[in-house]
Amino acid sequence: MNKVVGHRVELSEIATSNTHGEDSPYFAGWKAYDEDPYDPVNNPSGVIQMGLAENQVSFDLLEDYLEQHPEASNWGNGISSFRENALFQDYHGLKTFRKAMASFMEQIRGGKAKFDPDRIVLTAGATAANELLTFILADPGDALLIPTPYYPGFDRDLRWRTGVNIVPIRCDSSNGFQVTLKALEAAYAKAEAAEMKVRGVLLTNPSNPLGTAVARAVLEDILDFAARKDIHLISDEIYSGSVFASPEFVSVAEIVEARGYRNCERVHIVYSLSKDLGLPGFRVGTIYSYNNRVVTTARRMSSFTLVSSQTQKTLASMLSDEEFTKYYIRTNRERLKRRYEYIIQGLERAGIECLQGNAGLFCWMNLGPLLEEQTREGELRLWKLILHEVRLNISPGSSCHCSEPGWFRVCFANMSLHTLEVALTRIYDFTQKSKTIKSLIN
Amino acid sequence: MTRGSDGEKRSRPHQPHPPSRSNGPAMRIVVPLQGVVQGRGGLVLGSLLPCALFYFLQLYLKRHRSPKNDPSASASASASIIPRTLSRGQLSPRAQPPLSARAAALARPDDDDSLYYAGLRRCAADPYHPTRNPDGVIQLGLAENQLSLDLVQEWLVKNAKEALLGEDKEEGLNIRGLATYQPFDGSIDLKMAVAGFMGQVMRGSVSFNPSQIVLTSGATPAIEILSFCLADTGNAFLVPSPYYPGWDRDIKWRSRVELVPVPCRSTDNFSFSIAALERAYTQAKKRGLKVRAVLISNPSNPVGNLVNKETLYGLLEFVTEKNIHLISDEIFAGSTHGKTKFVSVAEVLDAEALDKSRVHIIYGLSKDLSLPGFRVGVIYSYNENVLNAASKLARFSSVSAPTQRLLVSMLSDSMFISEYLETNRERLQRMYRLFVDALKQLGIECAGSSGGFYCWVDMSKFIQSYSEKGEQKLWDKLLTIAKVNVTPGSSCHCIEPGWFRLCFTTSTEKDIPVVIQRIRKVTESHRMSH
Repeated sequence: MNKVVGHRVELSEIATSNTHGEDSPYFAGWKAYDEDPYDPVNNPSGVIQMGLAENQVSFDLLEDYLEQHPEASNWGNGISSFRENALFQDYHGLKTFRKAMASFMEQIRGGKAKFDPDRIVLTAGATAANELLTFILADPGDALLIPTPYYPGFDRDLRWRTGVNIVPIRCDSSNGFQVTLKALEAAYAKAEAAEMKVRGVLLTNPSNPLGTAVARAVLEDILDFAARKDIHLISDEIYSGSVFASPEFVSVAEIVEARGYRNCERVHIVYSLSKDLGLPGFRVGTIYSYNNRVVTTARRMSSFTLVSSQTQKTLASMLSDEEFTKYYIRTNRERLKRRYEYIIQGLERAGIECLQGNAGLFCWMNLGPLLEEQTREGELRLWKLILHEVRLNISPGSSCHCSEPGWFRVCFANMSLHTLEVALTRIYDFTQKSKTIKSLIN
Repeated sequence: MTRGSDGEKRSRPHQPHPPSRSNGPAMRIVVPLQGVVQGRGGLVLGSLLPCALFYFLQLYLKRHRSPKNDPSASASASASIIPRTLSRGQLSPRAQPPLSARAAALARPDDDDSLYYAGLRRCAADPYHPTRNPDGVIQLGLAENQLSLDLVQEWLVKNAKEALLGEDKEEGLNIRGLATYQPFDGSIDLKMAVAGFMGQVMRGSVSFNPSQIVLTSGATPAIEILSFCLADTGNAFLVPSPYYPGWDRDIKWRSRVELVPVPCRSTDNFSFSIAALERAYTQAKKRGLKVRAVLISNPSNPVGNLVNKETLYGLLEFVTEKNIHLISDEIFAGSTHGKTKFVSVAEVLDAEALDKSRVHIIYGLSKDLSLPGFRVGVIYSYNENVLNAASKLARFSSVSAPTQRLLVSMLSDSMFISEYLETNRERLQRMYRLFVDALKQLGIECAGSSGGFYCWVDMSKFIQSYSEKGEQKLWDKLLTIAKVNVTPGSSCHCIEPGWFRLCFTTSTEKDIPVVIQRIRKVTESHRMSH
């Protein structure tokens, strides 16, 4: 293959930009893991991946279901059903699947909000859903306001091809990193000063990387703010099924309903099966919008990111099975809770505090006390140390745009309990060593 | 500006709907002018020029407007790069925050500007069925292959279970390998299987390297991702016309790359010439457009002809000389039915010591394997930087894991694949011949074609005025009186009115007499009144 480095024939700016962000520490850690992955038997000193927010605790539930219901994944029912499925590339998506998604989303919210299947637009994953919404709601040069710390992937997913900017809404530990009106106004003003037109607020609820569900009062404030400024509100609720402790999850959908659907055409929800159902490889995401034109436009644009009809068919039967989904949601929550408690205890033992969390596949831990200097550089030095010596890949807060150094996101659901145990032991040993060194120095 | 928008709406009926045929305001003047020069379209000009100038005005004004919504259906060509709704300006305020300019242009209640989509919708609303709905609309406007689905079905029924279980068959269904994050541009297993499949499709004349493949959820995102990689907003691709109507959407919508048609003529059986490309390149340059690539389809959609080796060489020389890219959409490569052998640009590249870094192939499983629903597209590139960027962009359009696993199994069954490809070709050949012969009975001639799912037919003798308007009238008659959905040449940017694309792969042999009888209603009534 020709390895010409593009000086002969030009590529686009998008192709040559590094907005894909794969040069950042968030991804460098992944690379280190890929090169030397931990394996209990074959590579016990390898890097343990704690930077991947994947849910592996409930695979067996899905496997059992699919084995007991083979009709979900095969086409023994005759040629017409196969024919329809193989040819089906309608961007409306399979009605049965949309109904199943709507029902699943309702169940997650304990029936406190209703979802209309005709407002569901399917996309190949939440990554695509977020990008699609950005294309629809903002023009190049415009801005989306996003509370910090936020998912590092947003820098790429929301900006790369769209040309849209992200202006952070700065949150800090003084109030548990909750969004305040002051921070919202400050971010809006900052965008205006930079001559960027603000098109919306993008909220992740429950939050990644904080692992907390957003309080109802805060949601109301954000929605009111959006209404005042006449901008959109995107609520990325992909972790909504992973809330395992109180306070209970409140979806923006509930608030919209409580307000009698007034002024709700600015509200859009993103969901996916990658986290709650642990099926990121299946590539199933959705945009749920209360705005008809957004639904129509998103649907048309989803032609670039359709969900495989085979996958829709398989999951439609599984997700419509209410008995199964109830059981799954409940069991998954319990297992996540146990994992969370396990890791918190382990970290406490090591003298590490975490933000009080109740959701998600990770906890937000404070390694501030371990920093030599309370700066971003200090944080990155510690991150490197942990990666190369403790052999753990965790995500530094700076890659999440956290304004306070020393915070790290550590995932707990993407490995076996045994691996988590090993990881916690390594952390314990590390902190003990650091204490010893510190006491020696003093 | 509300006044202006009403005015624009009222002028709509007089407008013979040129936008889908033209790109940008300049072409709207150029094309009808050509028409006038060639002795037709005079009436058109009188209404077009004011509209074109009006659009110029809108384009100028839009830069000073903030986009506001317009809920009412407004005239805006999906092919136009002028988002007309932008100019709607200050409508009465609603509790609706504005959408982006891009979205505003798309959010019309009905995407009714392109007849291609309008026809598909009408057909979907009233689909023909021999027993259940014998008076429904017969679909001849969708290039989907239903002739050989039974073969795929058979394979799946026999093998799907094992295919999905994957390697650990004894342990039962193992979801872990299936469910977790995969490389966004496709698993190496599937890339290898697809590379092998492509080799089989091209009948062993060339072998494909799996590491030059990026897999995407369909050919639609493949061409869009490639556009994002090869061109910046406002740049252009030269595209021999008539061309696939979907490109107007796939390439212009978000990557904002312009498509400059390079018109081909019936006298050449709609083959493109390098001379025509040269002319188009020069013209584009004069208009201040930066051309970044030539985009061809081979086998061609909608005509179905193949590009011969000589032309491929000429094409490679041309793009090398201009230092631009070549995109060859070869999605119908396995669906040839004539005697002429298909030659992929890959085959020509292999033989030559050329700079390959400018060549990219689009492929997919929707046509040759009849599986559009599964969403599998291919970018095959000789440029490492393009592969790098495209593989990262594939995250927005990845192939679903269970589908990947299933297809690895199917595509690796090379005996099944070779039987399938052969049988499918035979059936295509047979159906094509039956269709062509049947249409001859009505006095309808087809362009020479060796591939694809369609006949490109000349119905100009049945249109009243030899113009796009006349063609549209005929299309409408075919849809409403004959109740057959066909694709009019204007949707494909064909410069000669009266040509239509008729797909024969969504019908059975029994349907052919019905199709002929239906079309006869229109052709007869035309004959009788002339």
